[in-house]
This record gives sequence, C-alpha cells and structure tokens, in this order.
Amino acid sequence: MDKIPILKMGEFLLVTIQVDLYDRLALALESDLINMVSKTEARGVLIDISAVSIVDSFMGRILGNIASMSKIMDAETVVVGMQPAVAITLVELGLTLTGVHTALDVEKGMELLRSKIGYLPKDEEELYDDII
Amino acid sequence: MNPKTITFLKKNKKKILEAWVANQLAESALRDDLISNQELGTQSDDLLDALLRAISNEQLDVESEHFMPVVDILNELSITRARQGFSPRETSLFVMSLKRAFYQMLEAELQNDPVLLYQESVQINNLLDNMSIVTMETFIKGREEVILRQTDEMNEISTPVIRVWDGILALPIIGTLDSARTQIVMENLLQQIVETGSRIAILDISGVPTVDSLVAQHLIKTVSATRLMGAECIISGIRAEIAQTIVHLGIDLSGINTKASLASALKLAYSMLGIEVRRTDKKTFI
Repeated sequence: MDKIPILKMGEFLLVTIQVDLYDRLALALESDLINMVSKTEARGVLIDISAVSIVDSFMGRILGNIASMSKIMDAETVVVGMQPAVAITLVELGLTLTGVHTALDVEKGMELLRSKIGYLPKDEEELYDDII
Repeated sequence: MNPKTITFLKKNKKKILEAWVANQLAESALRDDLISNQELGTQSDDLLDALLRAISNEQLDVESEHFMPVVDILNELSITRARQGFSPRETSLFVMSLKRAFYQMLEAELQNDPVLLYQESVQINNLLDNMSIVTMETFIKGREEVILRQTDEMNEISTPVIRVWDGILALPIIGTLDSARTQIVMENLLQQIVETGSRIAILDISGVPTVDSLVAQHLIKTVSATRLMGAECIISGIRAEIAQTIVHLGIDLSGINTKASLASALKLAYSMLGIEVRRTDKKTFI
C-alpha cells in the first residue's frame, strides 16, 4: 500500500499529498499523522494539497478530523494550495472546513503557522518583511 | 400516397419545377434583391429532387429517415436564407408555394377521380405544412443559439478580476447574480487568486440591483471557497436598501467582512496586510 511521507521540519510537520487520496490511504494518513504529532510533539501541521484534484465529502471530513485532533494535542493545522475546483467542490458539498486554517502556498502557510504559535526565527525575520 | 400518383409526379418533375418557380416569380413578396433567379431555381430544384425521392417510399412522415435529406436541405436553406435577410415568413412561403404547383399538376391529372384527388391533396398539404414548420424550427433554433452564445459572452465579459494592489484583488459584480454567473465569478476569482497569489479579494456588489436569499447564498459560497483557498474575502458596496433586505430576510453575514464602499474595503485590506498609506509633503501635479 502507498504511504504518504510525513516530514518533520523543526517544530512543524509537513505533509505533501502527491497522489489522489482514496479512503484507506486517507485513514492511514490520519492515524500516522496523529501518531507523529504525539511522538514529535509538533506545534503545527502543514498539509499541502496542491496536487489533489479530486475530493469527496470523506476527504473533507478527514481534513477536518486531522485539524480537530491536532488541536486537542496543541498543534495548529494549515491546509495549503487548494485547487479552485477542489474549493468549489467542498463548498458545494457544504464542507467549509471550520477550524482548519488555510493558506495559498507552503511559504505563506509556514508564515501563518509561525504567527499562530508566536514563533519567528530571528535570522529569517527580514526575509518575510517583503511578503505582502 | 398512391404509387400511381408518385410515378406521375416523378415523371412530371420538370413541369412541377417550372410551375413552382413561375409561382414564386409571380409572387409579390419575391425578394429579387436578396436572391438571384438562378439561385432560386437551383434551390427549388434541389429541394424538389430530394422530396420526390423521399416520397417514393409511400411514407409521408417528415420525421422518418427517408426524409432526412429533405430535412437537411430545409435546414440549410432556412439558415442561409436567414443570413441573407429573409424573414421566416418568406422562407416558409417558399415551401408553401410548392403546394400550389402540386395541385395544378394533380388537378389536371386526376380530373376524373375527385376522391383520389382529395386524398392526395390532403396528404400533400400535410407534408408541405410539416416541411414549412421544419424551416421555422430551424430558424428559431438558430436564433436561440445566437442568444445562448451572447449570454455566454456577456457572462465572460462582465466578470473582470482586477488586481488593485500587490496581493489584493477586486471583483466588481454588475447585474443580477444567478447560479450560473456565480459559478463563473467564483471560478474566475479562485483562478486569479492562485495565479497572482493574492491574499485578499474584494467583492464589490454595488452593481447588483437586488440581493435576495439566493444571491446571498451565492455570495456566502464564494466567500467560503475563497477562505478554503487560503485567502480572505471582503464584500463591499452594500447599499442601504440591500442592507435592509438582508436583515429582513434574516440572512447572517456576521462571519463575513462587509464594508459600505470599495474605498473602505481597500482600507481594511491594507490594514490586514500591514500596508500604510499616508500623505507626503511632496506633491506631483499632472
């Protein structure tokens, strides 16, 4: 079975979904990710779904679940890079993913996570000044 | 139709054609400014040819497959004539005038058999009526296609997404928002957000005449979709009467940033992005 890699980047976990998610893969991701959060004591989870072109209500629910579970374990979840078609589908399905933070791309997502947990590495401060 | 009549008609095709063309030329409504006599002759010839071939099967149903070539010719004819500037009435009169040519021929041939003459006349009458309806239908269908295309074009044109600042998009909506338009507006907006990497989108609805619960629903959907993408949405241009309707309808817009004018929405966007606009002493007059 395929496995979606979960990368640890400092205090955050980075998940990049490169394939279309089917139900079992999504469930496996959910449990892997939560285990990883508890193991690494991560403060934030960033899920990049820019390569996902198909979603259903189940996928929407899994994303919501991951967010709520991480929240209980004191980690913020940011979903980044959602395709327009995916966003429209989720809205039509009535899933507005309340409780999930969103950002346009990984860079902005990281910035959002940092601001959420009140952490900004000193040497990178200037780097983010010009991002509007 | 009686096989004998059919063979008779086929044999006398030339005469019928002559009579038909003569009828048309004698018609006061003849549009010789739009079509040459020669062209008229060719068109008549083609149609009569196809028609006589189709009726040899004794089935006089325009919907049947024997009549396919006839229907094709009629469609073609109707479209070209519409383009040339004929009114639909003139096109259908063109087909109807064939009726008289048939009657003239049959009247002479079946003088001694009034019953058969009557039967054949009724059948020809029905057939040609149906054919003229076909030309009418094609005409209307053509018009509908034009209307549909124009609607599409209008939808395309009327939803421009403007980049007002680095990271701020504005989308002035003009005209009524229905489901189809919302879809287009939403798609355009989301696409632009991805392309420009903008964080804030301002939806200006000062050009929307009325906001009912459906339109509000569409707006809320657009805002939700924008949020899912990771951008924030501000709705601006809410007039007094629109605010009244929204409240009277009991629509909850509390979760959405709303502003009265585009200027104040822009101001909010600036503060969200941490941009400051201020006056300087230096002034440039153009």
